[in-house]
Amino acid sequence: MNDSRKTPLLEVRNLVVNFYTRGGVVQASRGVSFQVEHGQTLGIVGESGSGKSVAVQAVMGLISNPGRIEGGDIFFMGQSLLDPAGRKFVRKVRGKDIAMIFQDPMTSLNPVFTIGTQITEVLRHHLGMTRDQARKRAMDLLDLVDINAPEKRLTQYPYEMSGGMRQRVMIAMALACEPRLIIADEPTTALDVTIQAQILELLADLQQRLQVSVILITHDLGVVAQLCHRVAVMYAGRIVEVGDADQVFASPVHPYTKGLIRATPRLDVITERMVSIDGVPPDLISPPRGCAFSPRCDQAKQDCLRSQTLTPLGDDRHVSCWCAIKEGTR
Amino acid sequence: MNRTSADTLEKALEKNRYERVEKLLELGRELKRDKAGLIGVILITALVLMAVFATVIAPHDPTDQDLTARLAPPVWYEKGTWNHMLGTDHLGRDVLSRTIHGARVSLWVGAAVVLLAGGFGVVMGLMAGYLGGKTDAFVMRWIDTQVAFPGLLLALIILAVIGPSLTTVVVVLALNGWMVYGRMTRSAVLSIRQSPYVEAAEVVGCRWPRIIFRHILPNLTSPLLTLAILEFARIVLAEAALSFLGLGIQPPATSWGLDVSMGKNYMFMAWWLVTIPGCAIAVTVLAINLVASWLRLISDPQEREKQFARHMAGTMRKKMQAVIEKESRTP
Amino acid sequence: MGRFIYRRLMHGLIVILGVTVIVFVVTRMVGDPVQVMLPLESTLEQRAAFEKKLGLDRPIYIQFGEFLGNIARLDFGESLWQKRPAMDIVFEKLPMTMLLTAVGIGFACVAAIPLGIIAALRPGGAVDRVTVFGSLLGLSVPQFWLGLLFIVLFAVQFKILPTSGAATPAHIIMPALTMGLPTLARLVMLVRSSMIDELNQQYVKTSFAKGLPFVRVVGLHALRNAGLPIMTLVGWEVIRSLAGYSVVVETVFAWPGIGLTAIQAIERDDLILIQAIVFTAAVSVVAINIAMDFIYKLIDPRLKLT
Repeated sequence: MNDSRKTPLLEVRNLVVNFYTRGGVVQASRGVSFQVEHGQTLGIVGESGSGKSVAVQAVMGLISNPGRIEGGDIFFMGQSLLDPAGRKFVRKVRGKDIAMIFQDPMTSLNPVFTIGTQITEVLRHHLGMTRDQARKRAMDLLDLVDINAPEKRLTQYPYEMSGGMRQRVMIAMALACEPRLIIADEPTTALDVTIQAQILELLADLQQRLQVSVILITHDLGVVAQLCHRVAVMYAGRIVEVGDADQVFASPVHPYTKGLIRATPRLDVITERMVSIDGVPPDLISPPRGCAFSPRCDQAKQDCLRSQTLTPLGDDRHVSCWCAIKEGTR
Repeated sequence: MNRTSADTLEKALEKNRYERVEKLLELGRELKRDKAGLIGVILITALVLMAVFATVIAPHDPTDQDLTARLAPPVWYEKGTWNHMLGTDHLGRDVLSRTIHGARVSLWVGAAVVLLAGGFGVVMGLMAGYLGGKTDAFVMRWIDTQVAFPGLLLALIILAVIGPSLTTVVVVLALNGWMVYGRMTRSAVLSIRQSPYVEAAEVVGCRWPRIIFRHILPNLTSPLLTLAILEFARIVLAEAALSFLGLGIQPPATSWGLDVSMGKNYMFMAWWLVTIPGCAIAVTVLAINLVASWLRLISDPQEREKQFARHMAGTMRKKMQAVIEKESRTP
Repeated sequence: MGRFIYRRLMHGLIVILGVTVIVFVVTRMVGDPVQVMLPLESTLEQRAAFEKKLGLDRPIYIQFGEFLGNIARLDFGESLWQKRPAMDIVFEKLPMTMLLTAVGIGFACVAAIPLGIIAALRPGGAVDRVTVFGSLLGLSVPQFWLGLLFIVLFAVQFKILPTSGAATPAHIIMPALTMGLPTLARLVMLVRSSMIDELNQQYVKTSFAKGLPFVRVVGLHALRNAGLPIMTLVGWEVIRSLAGYSVVVETVFAWPGIGLTAIQAIERDDLILIQAIVFTAAVSVVAINIAMDFIYKLIDPRLKLT
């Protein structure tokens, strides 16, 4: 019998997702693997187009034409989501045990329905509540996310609210059925900086209180450092480094991670010029062979043309780089 | 090495010419890819040629009556002859010739109305959009009011009172149809007017005729063209309907709508009198619609994805799978 | 709200006035109404007497003033053709056109919306391509020809439907189909296009992520947003039909509606009846436009009635 504490809550293994477009086949996900444990927050960082959103959308079963999952597997609470039985499981689980928060709350909410309707429909569909029960629970949820005057808010439309408030509504909708896993895809990118801080605090607080696992996708390293237990760094559709957040930031191993951290502006160190990583991310229609980062890497060697896999590096760290592994084993 | 400004200018102009030819070739390639659009273009060209060379192509004069050969059936019937391939009408006139000549009227009316209504509408829209203020308010109010008129009824009445003819039909249809060009032009002008490069031109001191012609008009050509073509189709149908009702083209001139109207009295014994002119109308309008559809497709990349997404995705997947299989077989 | 009604009514009045003026001008100034209404052999005296009777000898502005006054009371005078109040005739025939419009466009909506949604769900797929081509075809066929084809097919060949008139419920089938088919074609294209746009929107992804059933997401969330352009088109089609575009179908099938009556009135130079019909058409158009504005507000709460 499996000890549920030992099996990770979510495990993604070698996920391959392709998008078939007129311009060619975009290999958005080229073998992505990661895990999320119970009650843990995993941050996924990477540039735009690195495949972060695609990976989690695959988890939620939101990949549709012209995209298709072409390989790998996803396990939630030990159950596969991609085999035939898995499809049914996904329908049960989506919105209930796994919930998702998207980047832009203005477009993520249906403009012609009240937020009351949009919250209660989740409750009525998944938990079979009556209209009154759902209404009451909706008000509790709005309270939970620090929205004042919940009764009035239920009859309001999204356009009547501010950006921060809309995002709180999204969080409330996600929490409605007490999920085990919340996926937040760049939840603060579209918000003002001050509101960002509030939302992040709210997320941290909720995570603590409700002991829910969170996958936080962002391109902002600061956010990861603040909130996440573990972090995975993605580049060109693959994960290049994953480990405990503190450790990864303190001693990054992969050249890309190092570059990202070096490029982060800091207030405590005076620099004359900002450091950036030379070059541009590769075209995913024809990704380079072997390590996708090698064209931009200052430590690139002949070896780097060979295919890479995530290799453990002790301390619960994995990395996908020959140089780093060689160094680590030294 | 002295680079005079004249040299660089010449180089720039040459490049421009080359780009234009490239663009035309690209259009041709696009056309080949979209079979429907290709068929449309071919049909339209054929129709235009048929209309232009009608007197040469048609075997008979369309108004030639031959009362000895009234209501003759088309050639594939027993009683049919090759002399009158598509039969004759109640006055012995050759259906094929009448159909060929009918193209002239339809295409001519379509073109004339589009040019007239389009010209007027675009000018109004430009004025309203660019000059703004009272001009804009006046033009918009005029458009809003005229749009709410019962257009067809008024057209019928005016035609009945003035007397229907080719010219009056064109004028009435144009009067009824200019508003859509006005609205479209105005909204296009308004949105372009806000753009930074027009602001820059104004700041530099460009006078407004130049701004309109150099900056605004070129951006209008694509949506205007699509609109004009769709309107063309609508006008062909409208002229046919007017002629059918007896308030359009009058005999002895030939019009497809008129032929259907005359043919319907003999519909039960000579079905070809109604079917053939009607087919001609349908084929013409279909061809025009295909071309318009294709134009919309190439000017809006989103439309393209909409139309082909699933089909393409399926084909590409199969290709990819074939490639993967091949690669997995070779070690 | 009150301001909105006021402005729309004002606009409507201007439209109706404009239309009436045009008809007045056209019938009185361009043609010679007396010439038109009297038999050719009338003597000068008879003409003068007739003119006096119709009040046509008075200055034009007085005539116009009286005309306006009469209209306000819905009194257009007696139809020259049928020798009874013109508005009576209009009120008899208008419901027939409304019935035809309702059935025809109703059929178009019922068929177009599901078809458009299915086509939108798989763009480029088999159903979609057939639908798009079918629509293009439906838009290209002239309505009068379609009607005649129906008659030849169903009334003559298969003998299952009556050829013309409006005597029995079966009589409405072919005219309604003919009226509805072009509308169906336009509507399907629009539904498909709007739904494709909506289905690509972020809120649809969110709705799926919330685990809501497919039918609810597509049929409720997406469709409601796509509703506005669809409603606009349906309203426009209804307006067109009542504004005289039912003429063609009514002529082909001898359907006793306002369009057919208009044609008959024009053929008989019955200027009085013509005026009455045009006025009614203009009023209908204005009324429906105003009704549409209210319906928009119901569908999309973001719209403010200005």
